[in-house]
Amino acid sequence: MGRVVVDVMPKPEILDPQGKAVAGALPRLGFTGFLSVRQGKRFELEVDGDVTPEVLAAAREAAERVLSNPIIEDVVSVVDAASLDTVASA
Amino acid sequence: MSEVLGGARIGVITFPGTLDDRDAARAVRLAGGQAVSLWHGDADLKNVDAVVLPGGFSYGDYLRAGAISRFAPVMDVLIDAANGGLPVLGICNGFQVLTESHLLPGSMIKNEGLAFLCKEQALIVENADTAWTRNFTAGQQITIPLKNQDGQFVADEKTLDMLEAEGRVVFRYAGENPNGSRRGIAGISNAAGNVVGLMPHPEHAVEAGFGTAAAAGPRAGTDGLAFFTSVLGALVNA
Repeated sequence: MGRVVVDVMPKPEILDPQGKAVAGALPRLGFTGFLSVRQGKRFELEVDGDVTPEVLAAAREAAERVLSNPIIEDVVSVVDAASLDTVASA
Repeated sequence: MSEVLGGARIGVITFPGTLDDRDAARAVRLAGGQAVSLWHGDADLKNVDAVVLPGGFSYGDYLRAGAISRFAPVMDVLIDAANGGLPVLGICNGFQVLTESHLLPGSMIKNEGLAFLCKEQALIVENADTAWTRNFTAGQQITIPLKNQDGQFVADEKTLDMLEAEGRVVFRYAGENPNGSRRGIAGISNAAGNVVGLMPHPEHAVEAGFGTAAAAGPRAGTDGLAFFTSVLGALVNA
């Protein structure tokens, strides 16, 4: 079973109230080194079989049309989860 | 109630998670119209003369507020009809559905203060020429409830300038900006003026005794009623 990972983030020029609230809570817990926090979304799309270029293309289209709203968000990456696992274990 | 207006049929769409469809239907009836229930799963507008997209948390606001509703079967026919001139009013979650459908520009993000707001909100009617505001006068101040979590209207500067230049800012928050909305915008319209969306709730201020605070009493305010009489009048004169 293949898996595509889609990351969506609020656009840089859009204030991220949730990230701001998280950033405000961190120092209270002793995490004083983080200047700011931005909160986004990660989607995992499972497919039957391998993640082919066609599957990635379809995931990219779904990311642009449904998973994100281009007025307030950017799709920052659409990748085969297997490639992320390689990076993680490297 | 005018008998002339009695024939106008105003559809009210119910999505899973819609909360204010009954109140919207009641507002239509109090204004003298006939309320027609529309279901998100049916690609059928039942030949109504106008449509209200009510407030609530359709599909639990999952993904983004209004994002999944936008792909409901009823929306395909509604988008075509709206582009053809059908009067459409989106209230709160309904406004979010309209922006997700690209019938109205911009989008809503979480309130600046992150809190869910529930209050009586004063607004300035900036445009009294739309299908849903013609019974107001431009510059008039009205008070209707505001209750939401994702109410901060955002759009890029170019879009905001266009909305201002074309008179498509229909409502602006009076006094302090409650949620950080760009330029204090509470509601906007499409270019033709038949599609209007706003975050506050006119359907909750339509009957004396159950409305907002007013000079006549604490719940005497019925400023929301004119939204619905406006569209009924627009239909009669069309």
